Amino acid sequence: MEKFIEHTGLVAPLDRVNVDTDQIIPKQFLKRIERTGFGKFAFYDWRYLEDGVPNPEFILNDPKFNGASILVTGPNFGSGSSREHAPWALSEYGFKVIISTSFADIFRNNCMQNGIVTVVLSSKEMDKLMTNAMRIPNYKLSVNLETQSLSDNLDFSAEFEFDPFRKDSILKGLDDIGITLQHEEEISKYESKN
Amino acid sequence: MSNNLTMFEKIWQKHIVAEPKDQPEILYIDLHLVHEVTSPQAFESLRLNNRKVRRPELTIATVDHNITTDDTRTEVIKDEIARKQVETIRENCKSNDITLFDVWDKEQGIVHVIGPEQGYTQPGMTIVCGDSHTSTHGAFGALAFGIGTSEVEHVLATQTLRQRKPKTMKVEFKGTLSKGVTAKDMVLKLIGQIGTAGGTGYVMEYTGEAIRNLNMEGRMTICNMSIEGGARAGMIAPDQTTFEWMNGRNKVPKGSEWDKAILEWEKLRTDKDAKFDSYVEVDCDDLEPFVSWGTNPSQVLPVSAKIPSPEDFEISLDSQSCANALEYMGLKPGTRIEDIHLDRVFIGSCTNARITDLRNAAKIIEGKKVNSNVRAQVMPGSTLTKIQAEKEGLDEIFKSSGFEWRESGCSMCLGMNPDIIAPGERCASTSNRNFEGRQGKGGRTHLVSPEMAAAAAIEGHFVDVRNW
Repeated sequence: MEKFIEHTGLVAPLDRVNVDTDQIIPKQFLKRIERTGFGKFAFYDWRYLEDGVPNPEFILNDPKFNGASILVTGPNFGSGSSREHAPWALSEYGFKVIISTSFADIFRNNCMQNGIVTVVLSSKEMDKLMTNAMRIPNYKLSVNLETQSLSDNLDFSAEFEFDPFRKDSILKGLDDIGITLQHEEEISKYESKN
Repeated sequence: MSNNLTMFEKIWQKHIVAEPKDQPEILYIDLHLVHEVTSPQAFESLRLNNRKVRRPELTIATVDHNITTDDTRTEVIKDEIARKQVETIRENCKSNDITLFDVWDKEQGIVHVIGPEQGYTQPGMTIVCGDSHTSTHGAFGALAFGIGTSEVEHVLATQTLRQRKPKTMKVEFKGTLSKGVTAKDMVLKLIGQIGTAGGTGYVMEYTGEAIRNLNMEGRMTICNMSIEGGARAGMIAPDQTTFEWMNGRNKVPKGSEWDKAILEWEKLRTDKDAKFDSYVEVDCDDLEPFVSWGTNPSQVLPVSAKIPSPEDFEISLDSQSCANALEYMGLKPGTRIEDIHLDRVFIGSCTNARITDLRNAAKIIEGKKVNSNVRAQVMPGSTLTKIQAEKEGLDEIFKSSGFEWRESGCSMCLGMNPDIIAPGERCASTSNRNFEGRQGKGGRTHLVSPEMAAAAAIEGHFVDVRNW
């Protein structure tokens, strides 16, 4: 997993609620056996018209948001299927941080495993960010996982909560398995008792 | 052990391997179910890191998402990428000594149908799978939840998972169901009530008279859709209904071991003085059959209702969500649900394709013909379910009504295989998700019970199956 300590990037607003993982990466792209190659299919059904031409109505196709790496979006982002292809697709698309008022459990877990930082803010803070991202050209945020804070270079700043274990793993780019295997003895002990 | 624990807490405590300071608990996993879509990257990474599958005998695999449901299913899959994925699980299972129920085995089926069917799923277990509908297995009093592919790899390598302890929610279904009203209607009502994020962070325990009166298939339908309410897991305390359903199945204990197991399983139920973090009550006395009208499973209404208007919602997000859904679904506010006409009917999926689901649907359609505007299909939940249904002559009832009688698989629930609906087509579906494009790009899904789907197939539009 790639390390994440701090990131400054362009913010894209996706002002929809309950964006499910079927929207993030539609099922026809789940057949690949690799972890890569999903970015070009992110939000496919919204992003492209029938003939494969980019849909000009879809906000991420707006040239203003080219190269965005921070997504601000509505509540319950990532609901539905457990497909880790969703964070793989978002990560390859270029998103390093996703900000919302709430995330679905499995999706958030999957983001943690891939070094995507999911930030939960209050509705009031979200409203402000969503408005800024839509109205202010080239609107950027700096997100710092170490201090669990984010800010723009205007007047917005906020702090967020983050699971300390997950924070440590993402800051150092560590995978869970190695850490768990440090408890090999306890696992074996459990197995011999049960 | 103290005597004020919930069933969830009892299972959780028993499976803790280690509680490292400031870290999520390490939880032992008793059963790991694997399918072709969410596992290849896990096996690959395991190989790259020179790790082995720790307990292959606690891991079982099947192919269900990608495979076709027509008579070509045992041939080479035409879609090259899908073929590669199916071939990959075969290789991975072979090289790691994992039992695979392949497309030509009678034990093959949707992973959440075959686990219970074979008796792998048992009360008190921890069960995971790279699939959000793993919550299904909670119907037996197991702690079962979906995980991502990195976690699949973690379980393959360590037979454990790292989890923070979730909160608990008691959901009490009060009252009794009237004829024609089913478990599906109960769970759709619940999700409509709490929303698709209402259960986020919780494990639900379903209790109450209406739950006790359900058969195991109905209980599985409810637990299956826990995730649609945001809860990773839902569970129901095992009782006589559970034990009778399980008795004699392939992998359950036999003889005196069976009697001993029952004594243990009976202890799982939530203690009288146990506290839940949250409580929800669902009244089932006047429950009607439910139909989803929108693009998430909380957008549901009783069949007698009319399509809402965005103005009916006080919260602006709900209003916006309604407007988006109506546009996608091609529906106008004020339309009676019974006036919604259908192009397709799908009876299948891990939610509603077990033998009693098929029996109940067959009862509705027997001697009647599918409406000429509707293409109706049945995809049994497993090959053994299909065989059982054929023994009972259900296939003949479906076929003579004009239903297509297909092979088992996830099929049109998510349309990864060639079974999809066309843009603009409207489908009554016994599955679990009505997301945009779920059954095919531009397709419009209405979630209903098998009984409601069957009656709609005959009439060509929704009807109240209670008076039908």
